Amino acid sequence: MGKLTINQNRITKGTADKLIEICPFGAISYNGEQLEISSACKMCKLCVKKSDGIIEFEEEIKEIVDKSLWTGICVYVDHSGNKIHRVTYELLGKAKELAKVTGHPVYALMIGNSLGEETKKLLHYGVDKVFVYDNKAFEDFKIEPYTAAFCDFIEKMKPSSILVGATNLGRQLAPRVAARCRAGLTADCTVLEMKDNTDLVQIRPAFGGNIMAQIISPNTRPQFCTVRYKVFPEPKPSDVASGEIISMELASEKLYSDITVLSSQIKPKDIDISEAEVIVAIGRGAMSEVLLNQAKELANLLGGVVACTRPLVEGNQFDAKHQIGLSGRTVNAKFIICLGISGSVQFVAGMKSSECIVAINSDKSAPIFDVAHYEIVADVNEILPQLIEKIKEARENV
Amino acid sequence: MNILVCVKQVPGSTNVEVDPVTGVLKRDGIESKMNPYDLYAIETALSLVQTYGGKVDALTMGPPQAKSVIIEAICMGADGGAVLTDRKFAGADVLATAYTISQGIKRTGNYDIIFCGKQTTDGDTAQVGAEVAEFLGIPNVSNVLAIEKIEGEQIYLTASLDEKNVTMSVKMPCLISVDGDINSPRLPSYKRKQSVTDDMVKMVTFANFEDQNPEHYGLNGSATQVEKIFPPEKNTEKRVFSGTTQEQTEALFSLICDCKMI
Repeated sequence: MGKLTINQNRITKGTADKLIEICPFGAISYNGEQLEISSACKMCKLCVKKSDGIIEFEEEIKEIVDKSLWTGICVYVDHSGNKIHRVTYELLGKAKELAKVTGHPVYALMIGNSLGEETKKLLHYGVDKVFVYDNKAFEDFKIEPYTAAFCDFIEKMKPSSILVGATNLGRQLAPRVAARCRAGLTADCTVLEMKDNTDLVQIRPAFGGNIMAQIISPNTRPQFCTVRYKVFPEPKPSDVASGEIISMELASEKLYSDITVLSSQIKPKDIDISEAEVIVAIGRGAMSEVLLNQAKELANLLGGVVACTRPLVEGNQFDAKHQIGLSGRTVNAKFIICLGISGSVQFVAGMKSSECIVAINSDKSAPIFDVAHYEIVADVNEILPQLIEKIKEARENV
Repeated sequence: MNILVCVKQVPGSTNVEVDPVTGVLKRDGIESKMNPYDLYAIETALSLVQTYGGKVDALTMGPPQAKSVIIEAICMGADGGAVLTDRKFAGADVLATAYTISQGIKRTGNYDIIFCGKQTTDGDTAQVGAEVAEFLGIPNVSNVLAIEKIEGEQIYLTASLDEKNVTMSVKMPCLISVDGDINSPRLPSYKRKQSVTDDMVKMVTFANFEDQNPEHYGLNGSATQVEKIFPPEKNTEKRVFSGTTQEQTEALFSLICDCKMI
């Protein structure tokens, strides 16, 4: 917390130009007399580091939250039709790991109707307590009653950190609850760590580019983050159940909603690239129709699926369901071959946990080669037909 | 009917890199554009007004230059708009951004529906909309795939909720985030561009807001803090298949065989 102050008396045309150049967000301007910082400023403080004292950062001491009053790491139990989403187990595994640092208990929070036996499954993942809000008002997901139950739990249990799966549901519920608590929320974390002082270290790709940002909420509790499915490994359930299930009640006036659910349909099962073991991924460098068809053929031969990068979705060559990356799906393939993909941070965040990554790109400096296990600097147009031919031959000779 | 669309100006390119030696962000030009997901929100609003009558405003928060996305919205068919801009808003995280926007909405008008795009291409968080709705105390629905109709105080729509598509009615006022493929956004009209006047875009600053506590905005109003930024880790164990294309194909083929995929 703090603000930037400018020592205007040290500003000259020369220093102003230099500072304008330093700011990556174009937030600094000079009107001939005064240097100004506009609201484009992201407080990266690069200007403070590089301006030799012309721009200074003034720390403001704020009221400090008593962190010792907030204990426990809570995982929100995402479910659809009372079937627990697997991201929940992944988050419970991570929560247990984080809890080791601070000795905090691990909580699970489940909201729904007639949850019954499903809640007991959570007892095989090392939770200390499972808090359950079970009421017919929670039959369908409606933002107001779900937020009310979530906040009721927070008020009563005062958890230090809350992990929510970045599903469509979690991406609505987590911000709504965080806003009500006036608490920090970091979306799509790819790494989580815990400090001794219970600050949750949240790392995610940021600034829409090839940068990782390490984020904390040093002065508010609880600390919220969302994490996508398949970012963390799913722990093996233990044979023995442990922990207790605690039934929670919510005052009936808090169950009100302005939303009426009229009907719902289960979506037809599409090819889900996040479940695929073998993926042929194509990017901007492999956008021709010939290559698209060859990629599909290769995927067929290898028993896999075709996926793509964001530009191909934006260019309408592919449906968004096939997109890998932060704004698409996260995949965890056994084998992924990337054709003509440069490897932006958003794309890489969606596939880097894959076991075997092969990249073919004609640009030797493409960032995809930083994560690839096998680098092939070549023209996809030449390699792909040869490879398909070879595989076909091998098939025939079996 | 009064409709508001929240839009954002985003960098035209996402190729921002960190210099590993100096830790400085390498800037790849500063050209910017309308967040592509917001175009769908604008189109949804404009087509509703065509059917039911009313007006559409656009709202953004950002530096004064962000005015250009409001003008783009007007060229598409919006009636007017506002830019929330003040140095006090700088360094805002999701919480402070959403709070600032909610204050701005309270200041600029009474709306029956507030539309947002699915997410931005620079922040990718997809969570500001839900926080704005919380601060305004109105219901919100995300990932909306289709709007069926408006009847009385209710809007009927279908939203994607993970494994299900849910059809529901929502009491207005409400905030709706539309999905990327809900419609095909129209192009800005050149004729409208000719007729845009300065008074169609309001510049709204901190001084115009109801909540005058500066601690609620910008960096001070943010709960999260960026501790540091760093380049992503690089994979050190890597094998390179070099040689002629034939040799490269050969090596790749044997790898595929080793992985038992044939």
